[in-house]
Amino acid sequence: MGAALEGLRICDFSGQLAGAGATRFLAAFGAQVIRIEDPVRKGSWDILRGNSPWKDDRRGIDFGGAFNNHNVEKLGITVNMRESQGIALVEDLIRVSDVVTENFAAGVLSGWGLTFERLRELKADIIYVSNCGFGHRGPYRSFKTWGPIVQAVCGLTFTSGLPDQLPAGWGYSYMDHHGGNFMATAILAALIHRQRTGHGQWVDLGCTEAGATLLGPAILDYTVNGRPSRRDGSPDSNHSLDMAPHAIYRCEGDDEWVAIACRSDQEWASLAEVLSLAEQDLDRFRTLPLRFEQQPELDTMIEAWTRNRNKFSVQSTLLAIGIPAAAVQKPAERIDHDLGTSEWGLWPEVTHSAMGTVRVDGIGVHLSETDWAIGRGAPCLGEHTRQVLREILHKSDQEIDALEAAGVL
Amino acid sequence: MIELASEWTAYAGRLLGDLGAHVVLVEPPEGSHLRMRAPFENDESGPERSLWWWHYQSNKFGVTLDLRSERGRAEFSELVSTADVVLEGMTANEQTEFGVDPSALRAMHETLITVGITPFGRRTSRTDSPATDLTLLAGAGPVWSCGYDDHELPPIRGAGNQAMQTAGLQAVPALLIAVLHRFASGRGQNIDVSAHAASNVTTEAGSYEWLVARATVQRQTARHAAVSPTENVVARDVNGRPVYTGVPPRSKADLESILVWMDELGVRDQYPDTVLLELGVERGGITWQDIFGDELCMQIFASGRGALMLIASKITDREFFIGGQRRGFAVGAINAPEDVLNDPHFIERGFTAALHHDRLQRDVVYAGAPIQFSESPWLLRRHAPVLGEHNQSERVQH
Repeated sequence: MGAALEGLRICDFSGQLAGAGATRFLAAFGAQVIRIEDPVRKGSWDILRGNSPWKDDRRGIDFGGAFNNHNVEKLGITVNMRESQGIALVEDLIRVSDVVTENFAAGVLSGWGLTFERLRELKADIIYVSNCGFGHRGPYRSFKTWGPIVQAVCGLTFTSGLPDQLPAGWGYSYMDHHGGNFMATAILAALIHRQRTGHGQWVDLGCTEAGATLLGPAILDYTVNGRPSRRDGSPDSNHSLDMAPHAIYRCEGDDEWVAIACRSDQEWASLAEVLSLAEQDLDRFRTLPLRFEQQPELDTMIEAWTRNRNKFSVQSTLLAIGIPAAAVQKPAERIDHDLGTSEWGLWPEVTHSAMGTVRVDGIGVHLSETDWAIGRGAPCLGEHTRQVLREILHKSDQEIDALEAAGVL
Repeated sequence: MIELASEWTAYAGRLLGDLGAHVVLVEPPEGSHLRMRAPFENDESGPERSLWWWHYQSNKFGVTLDLRSERGRAEFSELVSTADVVLEGMTANEQTEFGVDPSALRAMHETLITVGITPFGRRTSRTDSPATDLTLLAGAGPVWSCGYDDHELPPIRGAGNQAMQTAGLQAVPALLIAVLHRFASGRGQNIDVSAHAASNVTTEAGSYEWLVARATVQRQTARHAAVSPTENVVARDVNGRPVYTGVPPRSKADLESILVWMDELGVRDQYPDTVLLELGVERGGITWQDIFGDELCMQIFASGRGALMLIASKITDREFFIGGQRRGFAVGAINAPEDVLNDPHFIERGFTAALHHDRLQRDVVYAGAPIQFSESPWLLRRHAPVLGEHNQSERVQH
């Protein structure tokens, strides 16, 4: 049996991570993703194209480490959309595609004449998925965003942090990853709808809106109880409304930490035994309400125990007696020394035409019959232009030469 | 679709219900322990009052089954025989206790898709290690990258059950792929989902700086963890609320625009670095290359950040966000979750959804659609099931 999405063709204008992440997911399951880039600006709309990190410090538009990570298993072509011949080429590609994807600012694709109506003229059952920070409708449709703005506006930045401090937010574009995952979900759900009805559709994804849905219980706490997240003592995201202790504690060494959570009084009793608590402390903290009331003292007492211990030894001691505990792992630790990722096969090695072999992110799922496969690196700029024009658009070498000479490719 | 109630599957099941799947949520007769997750309606705990339950179990039908009894298992088998998908997040002990073995189910039903979402997946030696959202995010990378410039403060876990949601956001597209495969082949399959693996590959540079260049990012306040430190981006508005100042202006037009904004607020003369902004305009703007190669350009760039910080301190977060964006600057208010509910953009897009709760005799407003489909709309159809609500309609006999 071939790959699950074999035969599915995506005409892909998407990039950065919020868009590229979606088509990467589908490419890993066998979709043919044809990523279109601008030859004039050498694909630099995608700021990751030539950007750090670089393998062996070799730099240039084909050497961006993040770009490689997000564009594995895709074909890459260059088409100059300023030229009418360029638009005609893309229209030919759309005629033989199932899906058109993009995450430009609202209005860019339609500015080339590629409105949803036009896409439907080209392919009656086309699925068009647009993805931008605020979506294609509404007063903020033209606003500029990337991950941190999306996270700030939707509430994710605010809710991550300690009381009486600035928000800590997310130290990366969390919502670009999930923009991609929501977009992949959107494409696949639309494909299932097409399978059942024969109809395509336009899916308008606004990452800020999607991000706000990831805070559902906090929104209900406001609409049902009138309790805003913006209040004294909030956010306090290392603590929990259901568990205590539940925090991140300092360990031996420089910037070393361990997370510990007790889900029940029994787990707390086991931890208290490890901590060798005196009888009066056992009484003081016996029930969950008591532990909530005295959380600062509880945390101080636990940290007095962790701070002179190795974080992995705390982790193994507590896991052995059934208490959830985890060292705050640094990248090297979780990537190179964690059976939970290595035995999963989480860091596949790809071969990139310019960079050579590089390890990249895998996927957190495995399918028993049609699993993902990631082996080919991201395309160099225009790496597959000739191949795609020849094999999919049936252009002759002479026609391709002429298009190249005319500045279309 | 049958879902065995679990803290790891709740979000994935909800998304599938949102997309129109008929999700039957199976709980033990005494009710799932997840019904006791805070926060609660009116702060009174009780099995029908958990707002966690309300949010994550909406769009599901609820039945109770005692999987410890023969009869309950027989009823479960009957339910499964009508299903396309079984979604579960059991530990190995629970699998034995309930007699539910996904591979045995699949052997009986060739077309069945089984999905197991667990903290570490089922194929690694860490399977069945005890875990919570906090410990998963600590071990998988997110926590290392989040926190403050001051490393005396602990690194931070982002709120909102993100380990479960990250696993769900990889499980759902995987399941949809399995559904498409079943259309083509008539065959089901098993999907093994690891929340630990899913969060590990949701940390952007945290992972690939190490994979590509063996470099380690360090956490910073409210901005990307980075190998080399970057400048602060958070300012306080006139009321002390935080705002996000984004990337400072570089083009001539943007530098002019900042000066005009400062004029409008009457702060151009108060700002000691106005002259640098003016210099930037005179030289026709600056480029990234200039900034990294030329001391004066670096100062011009820094003066743009300072100007945005000064402007932010004179107006409200909302005025800064809207005013900045209207002038073409990628800046943002740092909203609390409730702020989006009254935001004109979210209102115009119809973001919220209301469901009637009979017991409360009123509508309750929920977060609405994450995705807007033109033909197959995302819909919030029903509130989370009360205990045993659909035992009759789903043909479960007791």
